[in-house]
Amino acid sequence: MSAQRTAPIVEPGHSFGTVTDKISAIVLGKRTPRGWWIGFAVAFSVLMVFQTAVGYLLIKGVGIWGINIPVGWGFAIVNFVWWIGIGHAGTLISAILLLLRQTWRTSINRFAEAMTLFAVACAGAFPLLHMGRPWLFYWLTPYPNTMGTWPQFRSPLVWDVFAVSTYATVSLLFWYVGLLPDLATLRDRARVRLAQKAYGFLAMGWRGSAVHWHRYETASLLLAGLATPLVVSVHTVVSFDFAVGVIPGWHTTIFPPYFVAGAIYSGFAMVMTLAIPLRKYYDLEDFITQRHLDNMAKVMLATGLIVAYGYMMETFMAFYSGDKYETYMILNRWKGPYAGAYWSLIACNIVIPQLMWSRRIRQNVAVLFVISLIVNVGMWLERFVIVVTSLHRDFLPSSWGMYYPTKWDWFTYIGTFGLFLTLFLLFIRFLPMIAIFEMRGLVPESREKGKA
Amino acid sequence: MAQIFHPSTNTISRVSIYGSLAVLLVLSFALYGLSSSPYFTDVDLAKDQPVPFSHRHHAGELGIDCRYCHTSVETSSFAGLPPTQTCMTCHSQIWTNSGMLEPVRASYRTNRSLEWVRVNALPDFVYFNHSIHVHKGIGCTTCHGPIAEMALTWKANTLQMSWCIGCHREPEKYVRPRDQVFNARYEPPSRFHPVTAMGREYTDQDAMGAVLVKAYKAASLTNCTTCHR
Repeated sequence: MSAQRTAPIVEPGHSFGTVTDKISAIVLGKRTPRGWWIGFAVAFSVLMVFQTAVGYLLIKGVGIWGINIPVGWGFAIVNFVWWIGIGHAGTLISAILLLLRQTWRTSINRFAEAMTLFAVACAGAFPLLHMGRPWLFYWLTPYPNTMGTWPQFRSPLVWDVFAVSTYATVSLLFWYVGLLPDLATLRDRARVRLAQKAYGFLAMGWRGSAVHWHRYETASLLLAGLATPLVVSVHTVVSFDFAVGVIPGWHTTIFPPYFVAGAIYSGFAMVMTLAIPLRKYYDLEDFITQRHLDNMAKVMLATGLIVAYGYMMETFMAFYSGDKYETYMILNRWKGPYAGAYWSLIACNIVIPQLMWSRRIRQNVAVLFVISLIVNVGMWLERFVIVVTSLHRDFLPSSWGMYYPTKWDWFTYIGTFGLFLTLFLLFIRFLPMIAIFEMRGLVPESREKGKA
Repeated sequence: MAQIFHPSTNTISRVSIYGSLAVLLVLSFALYGLSSSPYFTDVDLAKDQPVPFSHRHHAGELGIDCRYCHTSVETSSFAGLPPTQTCMTCHSQIWTNSGMLEPVRASYRTNRSLEWVRVNALPDFVYFNHSIHVHKGIGCTTCHGPIAEMALTWKANTLQMSWCIGCHREPEKYVRPRDQVFNARYEPPSRFHPVTAMGREYTDQDAMGAVLVKAYKAASLTNCTTCHR
């Protein structure tokens, strides 16, 4: 029977009490572990790099970046698409897997949702900074203004504003509503007055009555229903940024599905990159078990294959169309100045992840960790190849050019890791990274299955 | 365990949730009001000038044509400010001892221009051309207001983009016959004040506007690059 070969979602031997103790102790523990401090110091230093890069950008303007004609998009859009894609796993896990009653999502959904929020924060920074005058960002929104104009509703860049801001709002609400019962648990268990007040304030008067639970269930189902189309729509709209443009390599109908699959692919890779060190360091192997890693590896394998199909179709259509610009675009990716990036992306996204077909690999935590990092790199390269190779050589050879990122491009990009990790470390220090009450719900089930 | 919060917290949190929404709403209305108020736009504020020049007296009561002083309005983007010599064509003969006009005479003697305070100014990122507007039947008072009533000159319109584009989207609501462009006391056609255009009498702006827009080829130019070149 398969149950014998699959690891449980919660290791046997846990009771309601031990689950609550274990997870809440990470937040309410007296001492902050040394490793957290070291991690926070590093993350915060990198955040300062981001601050410096942005500060200098605001003083000097976007000329400090490598962008110019013909490559006007560069790192800013590459990083935007990359970060926003990473966020998708959180929404998929919290919304779609909730509606599909996949109980294994329980131990990873909380921090995957947090990851979504922080990734969206990093993503959102890039188009704003790329505008050149970020203090006028509100021009993107329709409001009664002295110019007597509306934003250009036919432009996907405006759709992006709505897609991403809706996504951020729904994700935040989902995350916060899901936190309420746990915040109340922390309020009741905290011994320090300040902590009691803070968690009590955030718990918004949660008493755990039947009415509260009823409303909670309704709210989270409604939010799941709202978030489910967002998993598909946000990256679809992001792909329209490209697909609506008449540039060889962009103007294709395959972009929306292939972007969505790529987003989930990179998102699960990031969840894995975060989950593996977390479960090790905080001793959470009982809750984030081998089963979770196995399932995530399978999701990555599936979405990775969809992405591979996308690459294949792109190539096929370039030749099948007979269009000389499309054909040249693919040949230029293969043999042009950015061929290194293209072949690395094929290796990172298609070739190496095929290792996950093997059960032995899927059970080897260290190898999975390395694969997840490789996929993250591969997905970044994918966006780099899409943005740069299509723009740098389009229709007129006289207007071809090269794109070289400057050190400020790199500082801004690396700096967003500082932002992401700082927020994430604060999250795991002050909020329960695993949903306590949902894990308690799994305890009876683990008693049954643990015997099997 | 003691209560963490006083019972009043319920009320406080309700008030602060709805209160902050209300504050946001009020704030956005206030900002919108401020951006269209004379405090921000200078509309209706008569400005002090080195010489208290009165358009009411010169253009209204005396009936001097606009182009007597603003000479380049039909041929150039800039309507032109008169040199002191233009003032002196009359003021070397009349009001020669007026104290009020001493800065004008001083300017004439020393050959240094009078420094008028600009009332209507567009930002540098806007391309604007007087001659084309005048040629397409847009009168002076359409934009500059009742100039024949202004003792000291004030700005009659905000010159905000929404105002420009309002006319660019519907020029037929503002266009007038070419021979009326420099009439400082022009009134749009009505039952009591019919206007003659192209040899016909009109009692209604909509009918006349439609004909004039066609005749003058006054296209509704709303492309960004029309003004932001």
